[in-house]
Amino acid sequence: MRVNFTVNGRKQEADDVWEGESLLYVLRERMGLPGSKNACEQGECGSCTVRLDGVPVCSCLVAAGQAEGREIVTVEGLADYAKHRDDEHPGGGCAGGGCGTSLDAAKRWQAMPHDSQSGEQGTELSPIQQAFIDAGAVQCGFCTPGLLVAADEMLEHTPSPTDADIREALSGNLCRCTGYEKILDAVRLAAARQDEVV
Amino acid sequence: MATTGTPGNITQAHSTGTKGGIGESTLRPDGTLKVTGEFAYSSDMWHEDMLWGHTLRSTVAHAEIRSIDTSEALATSGVYAVLTYDDLPAAMKNYGLEIKDTPVLAHGKVRHHGEPVALVAADHPETARRAAAKIRIDYVDLPVVTDEVSATAPGAPLVHENRDDHHMAHAPHPNIVHRQPIVRGDANAAAARADVIVSGEYVFGMQDQAFLGPESGLAVPAEDGGVDLYIATQWLHSDLGQIAPVLGLPEEKIRMTLAGVGGAFGGREDLSMQIHACLLALRTGKPVKIVYNRFESFFGHVHRHPAKLWYEHGATRDGRLTHMRCRIVLDGGAYASASPAVVGNASSLAVGPYVIDDVDIEALALYTNNPPCGAMRGFGAVQACFAYEAQMDKLAAKLDMDPVELRRLNAMEQGSVLPTGQVVDSPAPVAELLRRVKAMPMPPEQQWVTTEGADVRALPGGLSNTTHGEGVVRGVGYAVGLKNVGFSEGFDDYSTARVRLEVLAGQPVVTVHTAMAEVGQGGVTVHAQIARTELGVTQVTIHPADTQVGSAGSTSASRQTYVTGGAVKNACEAVREKALELGRVRFGTYHPAWATAELLLEGGKVVTDGGEVLANLADVLGTDAIDLELEWRHRPTEPFHPHTGQGNGHVQYSFAAHRAVVEVDTELGLVKVVELACAQDVGKALNPLSVLGQIQGGTTQGLGVAVMEEILVDPKTAKVRNPSFTDYLIPTILDTPTIPVDVLELADEHAPYGLRGIGEAPTLSSTPAVLSAIRAATGLELNRTPVRPEHLTGTSPTS
Ligand code: FES
Ligand code: FES
Repeated sequence: MRVNFTVNGRKQEADDVWEGESLLYVLRERMGLPGSKNACEQGECGSCTVRLDGVPVCSCLVAAGQAEGREIVTVEGLADYAKHRDDEHPGGGCAGGGCGTSLDAAKRWQAMPHDSQSGEQGTELSPIQQAFIDAGAVQCGFCTPGLLVAADEMLEHTPSPTDADIREALSGNLCRCTGYEKILDAVRLAAARQDEVV
Repeated sequence: MATTGTPGNITQAHSTGTKGGIGESTLRPDGTLKVTGEFAYSSDMWHEDMLWGHTLRSTVAHAEIRSIDTSEALATSGVYAVLTYDDLPAAMKNYGLEIKDTPVLAHGKVRHHGEPVALVAADHPETARRAAAKIRIDYVDLPVVTDEVSATAPGAPLVHENRDDHHMAHAPHPNIVHRQPIVRGDANAAAARADVIVSGEYVFGMQDQAFLGPESGLAVPAEDGGVDLYIATQWLHSDLGQIAPVLGLPEEKIRMTLAGVGGAFGGREDLSMQIHACLLALRTGKPVKIVYNRFESFFGHVHRHPAKLWYEHGATRDGRLTHMRCRIVLDGGAYASASPAVVGNASSLAVGPYVIDDVDIEALALYTNNPPCGAMRGFGAVQACFAYEAQMDKLAAKLDMDPVELRRLNAMEQGSVLPTGQVVDSPAPVAELLRRVKAMPMPPEQQWVTTEGADVRALPGGLSNTTHGEGVVRGVGYAVGLKNVGFSEGFDDYSTARVRLEVLAGQPVVTVHTAMAEVGQGGVTVHAQIARTELGVTQVTIHPADTQVGSAGSTSASRQTYVTGGAVKNACEAVREKALELGRVRFGTYHPAWATAELLLEGGKVVTDGGEVLANLADVLGTDAIDLELEWRHRPTEPFHPHTGQGNGHVQYSFAAHRAVVEVDTELGLVKVVELACAQDVGKALNPLSVLGQIQGGTTQGLGVAVMEEILVDPKTAKVRNPSFTDYLIPTILDTPTIPVDVLELADEHAPYGLRGIGEAPTLSSTPAVLSAIRAATGLELNRTPVRPEHLTGTSPTS
């Protein structure tokens, strides 16, 4: 089947999608957007969290067909999404399109060894992404994309969260490396910086 | 080479050092890629024209394979290859870390539930799965052995009929992989001097590493008949040494590059799909990617050895330990993996961080038809720590002493002698760590009470809203542990680093190339910090880890910062010497200090130890690049004597202490860990932020096995009952309390920068501290971990 949807503000279509394919599979393997991770494929770990029409969901549990005509934001589009929310359409993401990763650019994904030094400069990050780096909340980083999408969404509607709020909002995202302390720090840091800006 | 010139424009009279060196909380070089989703994990690899591999695994634990029919699978449209044992190309058909007893694909029989039997490559992962389901295997069930009694009973089925490995000689039964006794002093005579004796039997459940990024990789066939493998692993060269003989290829034809690793914790020390992906790629001539799902991941790697431990301690009335006797039985499962080394650790660290002159220790690992067990963070020391710390509490209660005081009274220190006869020749601040963790401020009583009433989320049961605080009791518990750092027992534990210093765009830059597996621990960050410190150059690039450089050894045993960090330091020092030599030749005539002063590299300049700037490093180098590859070893160790266990087996020790505060709902048997404080000695914190991350992460894994984590294996069929994140629970952010950490830095003069391996120690003491706190809260004995609600409500015999 064919599925049409908007991913990170850009209209996309995927052909020959098998009925059982998850949204996660289509994003990762057909759209060239491997940022959302596949750690359990059963809705337990939150590594695959994306926003579907603004609502955080486990994309491994969403059948690709369910995404028909809807708007998806993945970690790859998070910085743009946050920017547009703040700059142009507060709270609205980038429904108008024109932002995000182009399919061509995304498909340039190759089996290439990464240069661990690159990416330090020049990349514009959302406040929550920057806070995760600054607070040391990233270790192996496999849980990070899902946590970022979930945390960004929480900060959108709860700009000054208590620790209990943060824990509740992130309770569906497993992390095996950090012990969560630095993740809490990161969310607190992002909230505090958000406060400063306002 | 140019030999003349001027030292360039020196505008700075005094150097200012180099930013981002050791001791700073430098941020990860891969951080940006990881937060934008661009970091290429092994499961993200993609290649034009790529196929998907799938493994068919046995549905039974022990069975003879009568026949395998692959015809229907092979006839499926979209399927490119179906492989079984018969398709293996070389005479060598097994692999293994220490004993090559693990079949690449089952031949003749299967020995555990989930053993790989056949492989499929297809154009879509679902096609591969469906085709694999069409493979027909005719199994004839064999009786299973699942514990010591069934494995060593007369006439018990042998898990490996024709063993001929070198551990056999000292194994009392062919179903025992390895046995290590340690005897020192006279435990019988000492027992007679004891005023009190306590003993206990303890059970440690099977824990899973549960790294978040499942096993995955991409094999790409090469034109020379070899293969390029992009893979998440802990040790590229160890993999290579096991892969090549099975593929029948020389090692040079298998080029391995580390793909992004989503955590490891020991679970990637053994091979998983490495050989399978290569076999399929070589057979089909196409790139093949394999990605396990979580279900398969539970079968795709070894677990932490579950254990049964029997301990006896004696003490005098004033609390001095007189003797210790123990027996530790580890279940190694169907294949040896790292079991012999785990036995070595469990026995040599069985006494913990205490001085006891008279000991009688025995540790062994069984072959059974249970899932294979091997390396996991803490490696044999974890199980022992759980038992000896429970014993310390028991003894303190019997002596009516404060349990922390009893531990401090018997704590080992620098100069103490271990049961192996080895003298501890670096700081061993056991008593100090206990003092510190006890001195940390306590969390508030009734922490769930807020200004708006009870926040039920902070109570046992959490969001389930099971209590408002009635029936909730609090307990506090302490524990401390002892872990070795690095590979022990005479293992040639070395690492290799290649360091290149050159001028690019007018600036000196350093490239560090090692085969170290970055599994999330932050080695890449630390290597850059070391290079900045040693070479005074800010811009450092970490070359991707691959097999084009010498082995770095494993990212395990808390050894990478020590050993590969040591190699990077060593190589940088050699590069620095070369650079200074070059400087002397080029500029020596301009300033006498070139010949007379101690010279350093700082802030991109050559400076004297007095801080006088002699030249820009860029001018010293000119168009020359200095490029050196060096190996580095720590002090040698020696094997333990097979009968007495004596020998200088370990190179370094690591210590952590925990205090746990728990609240228990005694009616429902629910536990909330309120706080888990840790004090740890790290020798020297090369990156304080990463140190905290390691300690908090390790602490949380220990918490997990205390209250929730266990792989359940049916004792009758040896089948795994909970291979999913629905049924195998790891701590969420709601289960994990705040983890305040007090870091102590007592330098170990034998280690680079005085550092001490840190990754594993916090996993040891966290579990017994939580158990101790639950015992304190409930008054129950609790001799097994994880503690389950039925143990707390008195509805299970093991409570
Ligand atoms: S991969 Fe979707 S929740 Fe785990
Ligand atoms: S950083 Fe590794 S799982 Fe969270």
